[in-house]
Order: sequence, then C-alpha cells, then structure tokens
Amino acid sequence: MKELDKDNFDEAVLAHKGLYLVDFWGSTCEECLAMMPEIEALATALDGQVEFGKVNIQGNRRLAMREKVLGVPTILIYKDGIKTATFTKEFTADEVRSAVEELRLG
Amino acid sequence: MELFDIVIIGAGSGGLSAAVYAARAKRSTLILDRKRPGGQAATTEKMENYPGFPGGIGGRELMDRFRDHAKEMGARVEQAEVIGFGEEDGNYVIRTRKGVSYGARSIILAPGSEPRKLGIPGEADYSGRGVSYCATCDAELFEGGTVVVIGSGETAVEEAGYISRFADKVVMIVAHDEGILTCNRTQAETALANPKLIWKWNRSTLAIEGGETVEAVRVRNLKTNMEERITCDGVFLFVGTVPQTAFLGGFVETLKGYIPTDEKMETNRQLVFAAGDVRVKNLRQVVTAASDGAIAAYFADRELTEREDFSKAVKRAGHNYLLYFYSPSVQQSLDLVPAAERKAEALGLSLIKLHALKFGTVAARYEVKAAPCLLRVEGENKVETITEF
Repeated sequence: MKELDKDNFDEAVLAHKGLYLVDFWGSTCEECLAMMPEIEALATALDGQVEFGKVNIQGNRRLAMREKVLGVPTILIYKDGIKTATFTKEFTADEVRSAVEELRLG
Repeated sequence: MELFDIVIIGAGSGGLSAAVYAARAKRSTLILDRKRPGGQAATTEKMENYPGFPGGIGGRELMDRFRDHAKEMGARVEQAEVIGFGEEDGNYVIRTRKGVSYGARSIILAPGSEPRKLGIPGEADYSGRGVSYCATCDAELFEGGTVVVIGSGETAVEEAGYISRFADKVVMIVAHDEGILTCNRTQAETALANPKLIWKWNRSTLAIEGGETVEAVRVRNLKTNMEERITCDGVFLFVGTVPQTAFLGGFVETLKGYIPTDEKMETNRQLVFAAGDVRVKNLRQVVTAASDGAIAAYFADRELTEREDFSKAVKRAGHNYLLYFYSPSVQQSLDLVPAAERKAEALGLSLIKLHALKFGTVAARYEVKAAPCLLRVEGENKVETITEF
C-alpha cells in the first residue's frame, strides 16, 4: 500500500484511471490498526487490478478534512478520481472486499 | 481440534491478567480477541490511576505490557471472533468466524464493554462524519475547531481534556446542576480549570444536525425548558458503556447484558468464569478488571485440579469404592468423616472424600441432594446409599 500525503494524493488518486482504495488511519486509533492487516491482505490479493493507498491523519489533517473524513477508520474508494464508496467507523473488511469486487466488475 | 485447559475470550485488561495467572499455573492457555489485544484501556491516551505508574502511563503502552507479560508466561494470543459455543466429550467447544474451533476444559469470558450510544436523531447518520466515541482516534481531525462533548463521567472529563489539546473550544453538555460532575475530584478540578472547556449544565441532548457532516447539536435546558442550537464541527459522546455479550447467545446467564458471577468469578455454568467490565459490578477500571482476571484464572485452575484429582482418586481406588460427600457449612458432615473412614475400612474399600459443592457435577451424577452422603460405587454405578455408619 502506497503511503499517501498532501503532496502526492491528488496525482496518485485523483488523476488515476480505474479504482483506487484509500485507507485513512491514525497511529492512536486501535480500530484502524486492527483492520490494517486485513486491508493489506486485500491489497495483495488484488495487486495489479486495484490501487491501494493509506493516509495517516497525523500530519494530513487538512487532506482528510478536504475529503470529508471526520473519523477513522475510513476507507474511500475512488473510481477515475471520483469518490464512489465510503466506509467509516462500523464496517468490516469483508464489506470493503465485496464493494471493491462489485465496482471492479461493474 | 486443539484442546486447551483455559480459553480466555477477550484480550483486554481482565483477559490478559487472567492469561498471566493461568499460564503461570502451567495451564495451556489460549486467549482470543476479535481485535488487537488491549481492550478499551488501549484507546485511553493516558492512565493516571493504575498503581505502580506515578506520572501515568499510556493506555496502549500499559496494555502492550499486559500482552507481553501473558505471552512471556506462555499464553498463546490469537485474533479470532467467537461466534458460538458447544460441548463435546466433556469439554467446551468454541467456534470462531474463520471456521476454526477450539476445545476448552474451562472458559474465562472477558469480552468487555463498548461505548453506549444515546440513540438520538442524527447520531447514527453522522457516525464517522463528526460523531465519535473515541477521542484518541478522531480528536486530531478537529484541530482548531469547536467540539461538543456529551457526558460528565470519568471518561467524558478525561477525554475532553485530550480533545482540548486540538480543538479551540470544547462545549461540555452535562445533565447535572452546575459544578456537579460524576468523575473523581482530581479530574473535576483539572477540567473546571481548563479555559478551553465551556460548560452547559442541566442540558439534555435532543439531536445532532448537519449537512454532509455535523454542523450543530440541539440541546434543551432542563430547568428552563429552552432549546438551544450549538454550532460545532464534531460531537464526542461518552455516556457510559454496554457489555459485549450478544455473541454469548444464552451460553451463560446475563442480567441486563452483564454476567453475574459468584466471588470466584464463576458464572451459572460450571467451569465458565467471567472477568472485567462484562461482570455485574460497581467499579469498572483496569485495576478491577485485572483483579477479576487473576481470581477467575486462580479458580479455573483450582477447579480443574480438583477434577483431575478426582479422576486420579477413582483410578487409585479401583473398581469398588466408597464416595463420601461433605460440606464445610454442614458441621455434621465434617463430624462424620472418621465414621465414614471406619466404614470403608470395615468393608475393605477405599474412600474418596468430596466437597459436595465443588464437585457439583459428581454429586449430580450420583443424585446426591445434600451432605453428608455416603455411597458405595462399583465401576461408575452407584450400588447403594449407606445410611448407617
């Protein structure tokens, strides 16, 4: 998963053609840390088909706010640079996996 | 299926403390948690009341130490969500979402609790869009902003202090009269002296409102009945906790969701114990959860030992023997021990003495209603109840 920040986010995610999943997380967020391995496993499974990146909200608060992220964990899925799916707080990695599959095939 | 002496469900302070004691008693110990080990304490930025750490210690750091301690003693920690229970060959079976099942000779339930929701309009809709129950997760996102905190207990007051490091303004919604907080006095003094905290006393929260994200909280003054709309960027709710017992599905008795136990931490089900916030208790703290865990593991070990001792005694006694049930609370049953011993000697049989309550399953198997009770057993079958001895 690519480390994204305010300097590379727009070019990497918004200019990307296809699907891009971004995991917003924080180092003091237990839920985020618990979920990270499952999202990383998903990234490995879909390598070459869907791009995966993560944003640490520490140091990237403005970027998070701009993307309307007001709580973590939040996962946003962009299609051709447009936000098409949002998962926040109470969601499972399985739900994210299903959504990615659906967007990839549809 | 792997079989463990003690399987602990929940790796918070109660579960990890139980694991330290269980593993140290040389019991094969497995601890399961659906998330990372640490429980609710790990989401606390700083613990200021855990004894032995003057100056405080980070919640995550303290829980990492609990985890490392449990592992050092020999406990195995696995990330798995428990979805069901069963029984097989006299042991419990614990089923997990991943499909793996574990055998357990005894179980310690320590699933803890999670933040309670108020259930007011807008609360669920804005979860993650300005509504939060976790300051260490989200406080930084409100840097320079205005945040409303609902609640006046220890968690609310502590977390408000943390949030005020980032937010410019923290509006405290408190249901009580001016100056009354339900936290400890040290916390209350610190909070009341914090210039970033603005107090709204005698208020109940009606709704959370906004567009794409939270914009305001509507409150009512309980004294004047006047409604007020407080503009804000985020809302943190700290209004107590609820036990995480839905997954138990009636496996043990619960009371309003919490698990009642005796002072050995045993539930209504034999060899199933409970520890920590999930118990019916008054003070839910890391230190009391750790205490529960130690007690639960101690008695789990002791009861397993008693069962093992009984099996060994039966093996030693041979095919025919006498079983004597006594109870420390029934003086007559203690007074009759020598008589039972003489009777066994006269019959040329071994005598196995059992505490009727501790060996409840054995007593039930032989339909023993009360102590004293002397039985002659052949193989596994009761031959007669000896009434005169």
